[in-house]
Amino acid sequence: MPAAPKSTDPDDEVSIAPILGVQEKTALQRIVATQSFWVTVALVVVCIVMTILQPQSFPTPENFYNITRNFSFIGIVALGMSAVIAVGEIDLSVGSIMGLVAVACGLTLEAGYPAAAAVAVGLLVGAVVGLVNGLLVAYAGLSSFVATLGMLSIARSLAVVLSGNRMIYQFGPSGAAFKRLGGGALTIFGDLQLSNPLLFAIGLTVLLGIIYRISAWGQHVLAIGGNQQAASLTGVPVKRIKVQVFVMSGLSAAFASVLTLGWTGSAINALGSGYELLAISAAVIGGAKLLGGEASAYGALLGAALIFVIRNALLMAGVDSNWQGTFVGVFLILAVYLGKFRGAIRD
Amino acid sequence: MALLELRSVSKHFGAIHALTDVDLDLEPGHVLGLMGDNGAGKSTLVRVIAGNFPPSHGQVLIDGEAVHFTKPIDARRKGIEVVYQDLALCNNLTAAANVFLGREIKKGFGIFRWLDHAEMVRRAGELFTELKSETRPRDLVRQMSGGQRQAVAISRTRLSLPRIVLMDEPTAAISVRQVAEVLDLIRRLRDSGLAIVLISHRMPDVFAVCDRITVMRRGHKVADKPISTTSPEEVTGLITGAIHAA
Repeated sequence: MPAAPKSTDPDDEVSIAPILGVQEKTALQRIVATQSFWVTVALVVVCIVMTILQPQSFPTPENFYNITRNFSFIGIVALGMSAVIAVGEIDLSVGSIMGLVAVACGLTLEAGYPAAAAVAVGLLVGAVVGLVNGLLVAYAGLSSFVATLGMLSIARSLAVVLSGNRMIYQFGPSGAAFKRLGGGALTIFGDLQLSNPLLFAIGLTVLLGIIYRISAWGQHVLAIGGNQQAASLTGVPVKRIKVQVFVMSGLSAAFASVLTLGWTGSAINALGSGYELLAISAAVIGGAKLLGGEASAYGALLGAALIFVIRNALLMAGVDSNWQGTFVGVFLILAVYLGKFRGAIRD
Repeated sequence: MALLELRSVSKHFGAIHALTDVDLDLEPGHVLGLMGDNGAGKSTLVRVIAGNFPPSHGQVLIDGEAVHFTKPIDARRKGIEVVYQDLALCNNLTAAANVFLGREIKKGFGIFRWLDHAEMVRRAGELFTELKSETRPRDLVRQMSGGQRQAVAISRTRLSLPRIVLMDEPTAAISVRQVAEVLDLIRRLRDSGLAIVLISHRMPDVFAVCDRITVMRRGHKVADKPISTTSPEEVTGLITGAIHAA
């Protein structure tokens, strides 16, 4: 019991006004309490420092174009991952899904089908793999770690088998149209360009952010991550929603793969290997908690952005690229640690 | 006619006989106290009525009609609401979000419908005020006291117009003042014509609000009698097995 009413009269009417009026935190305080805020700060600081240290090469339109395009692929995968993590599960298969989707798209284009068909095939493959993951987790009751670890192996192996272990780059008559999707850009002014992947990533982030905020589905995703049994008792369709988030994760990996393929112009079965760890890192750096119950679309994209800006900064600082993994790892651990700290303050 | 009837309901989990041949009648406007030691089968009985799982044998009837619940939503559609012992709350959501979980208020037009957070906060505030609880709708449940959590869980049952409310230990782990408030609430629910099942270990609470007491022991019903014809001593004896049956 809070110490509020010291009245001895049990019939004392508690008026509704003070209860509704209480906003224990101001909007500013609430924003400052989010991990996204601190990641944004980190991102801005890194960009400012790099602009000062490398004025010739960092703040250029080309570099901006490259970085924003590069993090967008992972950012899109991280969006789907954020929903999976929010329900308290994990999807380790996204990197392999990207490889399988790339090969499927490549083969479709090679066979002379239109670009739209290739995109459809790619998304369908991602959705089906996600569906299998979801069914294994929600209905067969497997742990998502094990089910998607198995799928990581299966999808990569299928990609190698389907591609005949060769690179597919002869995209046939509709190759140009397909490549525009991932390789195109919107020119703002002068040399400043926004790549299509960035535009898609931003659009999807806004869309998912709105869904988390205003839909019952978003509430249910958070509720499942918070207390699955409670969600189930109150009538939330836990199993169905779990399947849906895995399909979403498969779809987002597939879409990222379609864009990557359009940009690189060649389908290799190794596409996306190791990306599952980057996507999970991005989501976690952006504030997702692996135990579930928290989700931020903005944070997922931001986490990806921070990882790639740091990579870029390290390269420009002349640090051997083999050190990148160390830095990404340190940031991941730091983010989780800060998250714990933040949780302790908030509660 | 009885609102809810159980006819020789049994529930087995493998070799464990959680309930054996339990009969129960529940009248509108009555409060039934369900008592028994830990593991006596009270929670299992509530979960059968609430549709968490079907009975292994026997029948559940509402208004004299047999019903077959396989999930909680089935029972809810028949007007059965439950306040669970573990309260079934999501710590990461606000009080208002918990109250409306699975029954969110939406606004919008046509197929475009979105959550009406403001309305849910307002309604939740009204419900908490009705319970005279100092619970703020926008607070996260993980920041709340036991009494506030109870208020959230009970508020949930007030959303629909239930006919039967099952309460699993609603007065455990809350302050003395709030116990009185919860008991008042139970009386008000009863006066409005609801049938209430109160599961409790607290003898004074049961004797304060119940019309009838049912005692369970090892999955069997060992007593079912009006409150006026029994005493705390007799009930204690029935619970522990000192008195075999009454």
